[in-house]
Amino acid sequence: MSAGVAAPAVVRGRDISKVYGGTVALDGVDFAVRAGSVTALFGENGAGKSTLMKILAGVETPTRGSIELDGRPVSFSSPPDAVAHGIAIIHQELNLCGNLSVTDNLFLGRERTTRRGFLDASGQRAVAASLLARLEEPIDPDAIVSDLRLGQQQIVEIARALSLNARVLIMDEPTSALSATEVEVLFRVIRELTDAGVAIVYVSHHLEEALEIADDLVVLRDGLMVATAAATDVDVDWIVSNMVGRRPEDLYPGTGAALGEPLLSVEGLSVADPNNPGRMAVDNLYLQVRAGEIVSLYGLMGAGRTELLEALAGRLPAQAGTVRVGEGDVSGLRVADRIALGLALVPEDRQRDGLVPSMSVGGNLSLSSIGRFLSGWFISGRRESAAVARTITEVTVKTAGPDAAISSLSGGNQQKVVIGRVLLTQPRVLLLDEPTRGIDVGAKADIFALMADQARAGRAVLFATSELGEALNAADRVLVLYRGRVVRELDPLVTSKEELMAASGEAGPPTETNGVPA
Amino acid sequence: MTSPSTPVTDRPAADEPAVDRGPAQPAWWRRLGDVALELRAFIALAAIVVIFTLLSDTYLTSSNLITMTRHVAINAILALGMLMVILTGGIDLSVGSIVGLSGIVAGVLLQGWEIHSLDVVLYPKVWAVVVLALAVGTLVGGVNGLLVSRFRLAPFIATLGMLYVARGVALLISNGATFPRLAGSPELGNTGFSFIGAGRILGIPTSIWVMVALAGSATVLIRKTPFGRWLYAVGGNERAGELAGVPVPRVKMWVYMLSGLCAATVGVIIASELTSAAPQTGETFELNAIAAVVIGGASLAGGRGTVRGALVGAFVIGFLSDGLVMVGVSTFWQIVIKGAVIILAVLLDQGQQRLKRSHAAIVRTSAENRRLPWRRRPNPSQ
Repeated sequence: MSAGVAAPAVVRGRDISKVYGGTVALDGVDFAVRAGSVTALFGENGAGKSTLMKILAGVETPTRGSIELDGRPVSFSSPPDAVAHGIAIIHQELNLCGNLSVTDNLFLGRERTTRRGFLDASGQRAVAASLLARLEEPIDPDAIVSDLRLGQQQIVEIARALSLNARVLIMDEPTSALSATEVEVLFRVIRELTDAGVAIVYVSHHLEEALEIADDLVVLRDGLMVATAAATDVDVDWIVSNMVGRRPEDLYPGTGAALGEPLLSVEGLSVADPNNPGRMAVDNLYLQVRAGEIVSLYGLMGAGRTELLEALAGRLPAQAGTVRVGEGDVSGLRVADRIALGLALVPEDRQRDGLVPSMSVGGNLSLSSIGRFLSGWFISGRRESAAVARTITEVTVKTAGPDAAISSLSGGNQQKVVIGRVLLTQPRVLLLDEPTRGIDVGAKADIFALMADQARAGRAVLFATSELGEALNAADRVLVLYRGRVVRELDPLVTSKEELMAASGEAGPPTETNGVPA
Repeated sequence: MTSPSTPVTDRPAADEPAVDRGPAQPAWWRRLGDVALELRAFIALAAIVVIFTLLSDTYLTSSNLITMTRHVAINAILALGMLMVILTGGIDLSVGSIVGLSGIVAGVLLQGWEIHSLDVVLYPKVWAVVVLALAVGTLVGGVNGLLVSRFRLAPFIATLGMLYVARGVALLISNGATFPRLAGSPELGNTGFSFIGAGRILGIPTSIWVMVALAGSATVLIRKTPFGRWLYAVGGNERAGELAGVPVPRVKMWVYMLSGLCAATVGVIIASELTSAAPQTGETFELNAIAAVVIGGASLAGGRGTVRGALVGAFVIGFLSDGLVMVGVSTFWQIVIKGAVIILAVLLDQGQQRLKRSHAAIVRTSAENRRLPWRRRPNPSQ
């Protein structure tokens, strides 16, 4: 393969096809993972990445084709069976029991026991501590998982996979909630693993990140393997154009909107950390967003992005400060009242805070604005379905129809439904928390286009992101958040990714140069 | 495989699928199975009617149907309130006790409310008695709602406590005794209470009319108002509902008050039917109401369920119990059979949910592969 270093393939898939019902998810894919190297898998949602990984991890069995391990054909009946063969997977969705401790989760299903058959609590705890130390994460092994932030939970998930000592480790979006420092540590661990001969399959929507760690690249599209290359030979543009057949610049359309009056003004806002009430998650913060402007909020994990947006939306109570929408003071109002005044949030975790899984696509869309479709006391079904149909087209949701179950949509389309719900409330200020988390490039482009449309329509858009590229390219102005304060305000046109990273405190505390009222 | 962008397949570009990747059409018998599962409660009801008609000559007579429906009405009205609570993901165990308490309140008022400090006995009009009894039930429901929404008690705990408290208060008021003879007397101007339970309009007992009216109102409330939508949102995902602007605490407050109101209605109906009020009335009624809602396809986790289902569930339980009595099955067996029916109903419901999910998965993968006009097509030439 690359550069003639013909390391042996540990796992090889030959002519793998997978058909669900009448749908072809994978179509004759040949695939090899070499020992001691990182193979990155790229593709939009629905391209077949997840299916391929599920087949490798024993979650699904292929309809046609075979898997070879060290040249011998194998078939896995279940994920534990695959683990027994030395193949482990880190799932994108966290599979942790929030009510149990970190140690309990790490050993779930394969608890260590003493000779008398009791739990070997101290032994487990010691192993857990050493795993966490390897990942350089200061987590107490006895901490309850639901008390950890999302990034730390992801670290626990990674630690659990590491503890399996697998020969092939599949990582599905392992960094979606990690800070840049944590990603660095993970990459160092990955290198240690490959040096020890472990084969890694790496999947991420962070293309640059995946390119950085990968040795071999594989691109899937519509169930077909469309291209492979060595990482040293290509760049991100090559990956993107193979994934979607589109130039990456098209992702960020730009608005060209004229800036108007300030629509969102935040003065002296302080919000206590809901998980640690002694600490201020947002600390005497000032910011302003004008009509027609898109502002990105960049900051490390724990910088207070989510807390800031949730406080603006009215979910978290503020300890001090005022929030104004246009001229109207919304401080102290409830979520519903803020929505009525034009302030609405697209939350970070759409499964937990965004979607009602038991409701239809249409029901989820109209949930916030149901009061607008009343005639007398009753909902006008005609007006509601007209608005829902209009929104499905406007935000380009791919769905069988408004009555389809929300669970029948892909992540990107579910996210569009949450955005559509917010747009139906006719907001003046649109808040989005990590709007592109865990969704494919195509849907990302659609969502940035939607944000640009909103700005052109004279709305103010404020979004939080942990991707440098998004923070710089999709916004007119970048606000850098550090420990609950806006420490820098940057012009994306003249700022490099390195500068933004430095400003965020990635390499030590940043110098505060612009934290005063705008 | 060293040179970049080497296509590893010589197939035609993927944007022109060779085969239509639409969802598989289920065979006709499979679709029939789906429909049967969907309508299983109706089918069960029809089966019950057919079986007991064959076993008993008097089962399918209009007088027996009316008698049975009168029994059903009691449980159905409770089930309507219970349904709304269950839709939000809650449960109301106190409804049986509220039935007893509101009946006792009606009994006290009709027999004369002694106010010792003023040394008078008040005899309110019947309409005032009914309003006050309903108000007491709604108030008790309001306390449930307050405990659940404001003090964040688990609904099971809050209403379990209220089950005891309301029953105890009913016993305290009546001192454990029954209030007989609630017919009222003409000289006091409080006659007519028995009409609610024993009267007929167009040949149909009043209590059945009350059930129909309440079921109609509940259907409209649930399907046509924002409140109804909020019930499903709170039960489906409370956090998401809250962020979407649903007034979650207010919704919870309301459902327990409505459940209390329904229970009080039943208390008044029973007191009127018997023209007497006993403090023990309504024991274990909450379990029948929950059973009706669950047989009707509602999820105890919240977010799923319909008025139609709850009604059919109440009819299944009522027509089955009465049928078993008529054909002489022992009381003990009746209890066993009722329990088995509940378990079977939930088993079937789970089967249907699994089926629905697998259908949804098929729809999802096919929707992902279908290229809709607004999607830019991938350009393989790049």
